[in-house]
Amino acid sequence: MAKRNIIEKAIDWSRRKSPWIIHFNAGACNGCDIEVVDALTPRYDVERFGMLLKGTPRHADVLVCTGAVTLQTRDRLKRIYEQMPEPKFVLAVGTCACSGGIFEDCYCVSGGMDTVVPVSAYIPGCAARPEAILDAVVKLLTSLEKSQKAIDN
Amino acid sequence: MSKRVVIPIGPQHPALKEPGSFIITLEGEKVVGAQVEVGYNHRGIEKACESRTYIQNLYIIERVCGICSHAHSTAYLQAIEELAGVAIPRRAAYIRSIMGELERLHSHLLWLGVAGHEIGFDTLFMYAWRDRELVLDVLAMLGGNRVNYGINTPGGVRRDIDPEHIQKIRDMVDIVEERNKYYINLALGETTLHARLGGVGRLSHEEVIKFGAVGPVARAAGVAFDVRQAEPYAAYDEAQVKVITDDHADVFGRTVVRVLEIMESIRLLRFLLDNLPEGEIITKMPRRIPAGETVSRYEAPRGEDVHYVCANGTDILERIRVRAPTEANWHGMSHMLENDYLADVSIIIAAIDPCYSCTDRSIVIDNRDSGQQTIFDWKQLRQYSIDWYRNRGVDPAKLANRLPRL
Ligand code: SF4
Repeated sequence: MAKRNIIEKAIDWSRRKSPWIIHFNAGACNGCDIEVVDALTPRYDVERFGMLLKGTPRHADVLVCTGAVTLQTRDRLKRIYEQMPEPKFVLAVGTCACSGGIFEDCYCVSGGMDTVVPVSAYIPGCAARPEAILDAVVKLLTSLEKSQKAIDN
Repeated sequence: MSKRVVIPIGPQHPALKEPGSFIITLEGEKVVGAQVEVGYNHRGIEKACESRTYIQNLYIIERVCGICSHAHSTAYLQAIEELAGVAIPRRAAYIRSIMGELERLHSHLLWLGVAGHEIGFDTLFMYAWRDRELVLDVLAMLGGNRVNYGINTPGGVRRDIDPEHIQKIRDMVDIVEERNKYYINLALGETTLHARLGGVGRLSHEEVIKFGAVGPVARAAGVAFDVRQAEPYAAYDEAQVKVITDDHADVFGRTVVRVLEIMESIRLLRFLLDNLPEGEIITKMPRRIPAGETVSRYEAPRGEDVHYVCANGTDILERIRVRAPTEANWHGMSHMLENDYLADVSIIIAAIDPCYSCTDRSIVIDNRDSGQQTIFDWKQLRQYSIDWYRNRGVDPAKLANRLPRL
């Protein structure tokens, strides 16, 4: 890949320092959603890493998605993913989102998140603890930094 | 007649934490029609239960809802224990009640935070969720997990409570009680909160009965019904519940009921801990549940939760039906939304928050009666909002800072 020019570097840096997230529930039991919101509140405070919860997919860099994908939400999830600007990342929060979990082979469930959209990080746990969500976020950001540095060298 | 605008809200929406869709018809700013569309979260749990064993079902039933997981699993177990003719030990019944009250604490604090967020009171959101963490710590200590505690098992509970745990629960309860006094003060004394929530989303006593609403929605309209008192289960025959009611019949009333219920839960928790009997925590359950059918009821934080179980004598059940409290409350939803303002839709559903703050600083007022149009500038708009609140009985200039500082 070509080396980045200074503007691209600045964009990449700001993206890394302040990724905006959007949250979507694709058929979770609510447990993981509550833990995602929990990660935003004082004890865990994910905003320390510059993360901000946004309302629209068009503003977001990271899709934080919970739950086994139900047939009803499958197309919506795809649409939300398509509306996000490049580069985009998907965090699958909870065992349900990783593999379908306990709802695997229910008649109305299409399985894990990766049956519908490409996933960048899997966070297992039922429910995934806020610490695990923070850990995944930090790991995602570090790997992003590494890959950007690799492009330059 | 002026033009009607239809706004679809959801399933993905800034403030909606769950996929639900609402089709709101507006006339000016007033909601004239609301249609609720649910089913995005349908995973087919009832069907899934028909192909799994009773024990496996327990874990899938617990995951009907992550917030009232204990409610669902207890209701399910009560049904199968009744069919099997097993009475659980007293200590287990007490532990189930303790978990139930802890769950109510965390759920009501969660609601308080979300409600605060919906009316633009984010400080309350952060405070309430911070306090909720203390309850979650205790739940994690007792059950081993923050969300789906999995403490229930057929015939009793899986884990016992030590004296050390009891001390920790007491400490937590003291702190939460102290903090909840602040929320009560806020709910009962804060004028802005009353002005914002009073008269919003009304559902009167008769309408509650007509639509079959349950839980705090019903109790806020003066319907004194609580399963814990009407048909005591677990340890509620000894731990007498005082049913909290209110007669505002609006969102304000529901807030009052919930903050007072936190106090009641704290009182119950102290009683349960003081009177926790000694003994076994589990009895033996047959693997096969004899054929039969039964209905079990449980007072979840959101209202009455009903489980119907039909067993056919094998180790797999024939049919289960879960009627969660929210399902009962949806029926009145369109009615609550109608004739309210678009701005109140968010708090009425307590999850929807359409974004209009980012619209222009100038606004066109289309007067429906005279057909005149006026353009408001920023200053006029501000004056308009001050007058609006004066008409609702609040003078922004005179708002005394009545809240205790933290
Ligand atoms: S992983 Fe567990 S807690 Fe999370 S949504 Fe699925 S069932 Fe609920």
